[in-house]
Amino acid sequence: MLTVSDLHVSYGAINALSGVSFTIPQGAIVTLIGGNGAGKTTTLRTISGLLRPRSGSILFRGESITTLPAHTIVARGLCHVPEGRMVFANLSVDENLSMGAYLLRDRERIARNREFVFGVFPRLKERLRQTAGTLSGGEQQMLAIGRALMGDPTFLMLDEPSLGIAPRLIATIFEKIVEINRSQGITILLVEQNANLALEVSSQAYVLETGRVVMQGPSAELRDDPQLRATYLGGGPVT
Amino acid sequence: MTEFLQQLLNGISLGAIYALIALGYTMVYGVLRFINFAHSDVFMVGAFAGYYLGRHVPAGTIAGGLAVMLGAMVICAILGMTIERLAYRPLRGAPTLNVLITAIGVSLFLEYTGQLIFGATPRTFPQIFPVTTVQIGGLSVSSNQLLVIGVALVLMIGLQLIVFRTRIGTAMRAVSLNPNAARLVGVNNDVVISFTFGLGSALAAAGGILYAMNYPSIDPLMGVMPGLKAFVAAILGGIGNIPGAALGGLLLGTVETFVAGSAFSTYKDAIAFAILIVILLFRPAGLLGRFVAEKV
Repeated sequence: MLTVSDLHVSYGAINALSGVSFTIPQGAIVTLIGGNGAGKTTTLRTISGLLRPRSGSILFRGESITTLPAHTIVARGLCHVPEGRMVFANLSVDENLSMGAYLLRDRERIARNREFVFGVFPRLKERLRQTAGTLSGGEQQMLAIGRALMGDPTFLMLDEPSLGIAPRLIATIFEKIVEINRSQGITILLVEQNANLALEVSSQAYVLETGRVVMQGPSAELRDDPQLRATYLGGGPVT
Repeated sequence: MTEFLQQLLNGISLGAIYALIALGYTMVYGVLRFINFAHSDVFMVGAFAGYYLGRHVPAGTIAGGLAVMLGAMVICAILGMTIERLAYRPLRGAPTLNVLITAIGVSLFLEYTGQLIFGATPRTFPQIFPVTTVQIGGLSVSSNQLLVIGVALVLMIGLQLIVFRTRIGTAMRAVSLNPNAARLVGVNNDVVISFTFGLGSALAAAGGILYAMNYPSIDPLMGVMPGLKAFVAAILGGIGNIPGAALGGLLLGTVETFVAGSAFSTYKDAIAFAILIVILLFRPAGLLGRFVAEKV
């Protein structure tokens, strides 16, 4: 569904990505793991059109989206839930959700999507009139994912959904991510620092290190890889 | 007491004009985080557009006056969007200082092109609206003053409806809060920014005509002082905050009028700006502004 080939991205003189390639099959949950500064967020920002690659290509459903502006990429069904959630803090939960459906004209469909989002995250329905900035971190993450779902995505990119969230909510959010994938068939690219969690919910994984893919394979295998365990999973024997 | 009410009315009508101009500064700041110094010259162009259009409609009629005002608003909306397209959009992503200097350049360009085309001599603004004076109690109220307040009120309510009730208005607020997140939900930020310039410039044009009706001579540099005051009003209310700009404008106009009517009339501008400094000392983000801690 998404093919990234030999992506090079730099910030001025600093190379953030030096030849990243991966493929994501339709319907899968694929994860991108790696430490700080490995280039995970840069990869997502380049795919969604917020950054321009220096070279390389990005194919989405067989068509190149490499140089398209961000707003036209969303229109193709590829939606990015950014790091730090980026909800519209002064807008109400309701308005945030409406913004998620910005490109949709069909009112009925918008209403249906809204009901679907409330089904996944009932908490949002309770907080509808509340200003998004006053929500807790976990609720903001729900809102950010809900906002993305409002736009009818076929492909969802999630950047660190566990970041800054109360531990008991992390499990809920990951359950919901799996649920969205199963029930709607939405393909998911998940970026996570919490490698354990990411490998648990995904089928394929890519490990990024200083702008390169250094390891890849089925998540179950990577979970047992001694080298990966030592670097990202806090060491320790296989349990 | 009559004296007080009279001055209050004068102040509110002057303040309403400042408010209309201030809204443009504050909206553009909201979406682009820079001060569009050329805004005060769009205000001037609005007055001149009114001057030329005013010669083609029957003088002193309400329909004619409204037609002139609407025409000038459309002309200035197009001008504002053109300025954004040609001068500011190529600098998207450049440091704010570069854009700011460009804005000063555009401002000077408009002022001196204005002198070239319109001439530097002040001209008398035609009476496009019917003019009468109404006596209410001991108060003498000119119809122009009522018109200023009425038009400003209608425009501000209209703006409020656009910003809070429409799709593009919600998009404006979204872009202002987080431009990247807006792009990620499919907003074409360029369209929203262009729309914002058009909207702000149309309000400035209306302000220009209302100003010209009350201070009936116009010249290419007429925008400088009201523009500066309106900019101050926008800061005073909290830059980026729409109700703040309206409040700041009204406050500044009222204070200025009262000082002008007192023994210290010579120092009216100095006192108005001194009040600004004092208010900002206690509320650095402006009256309705809130400091948002920037996360790095």
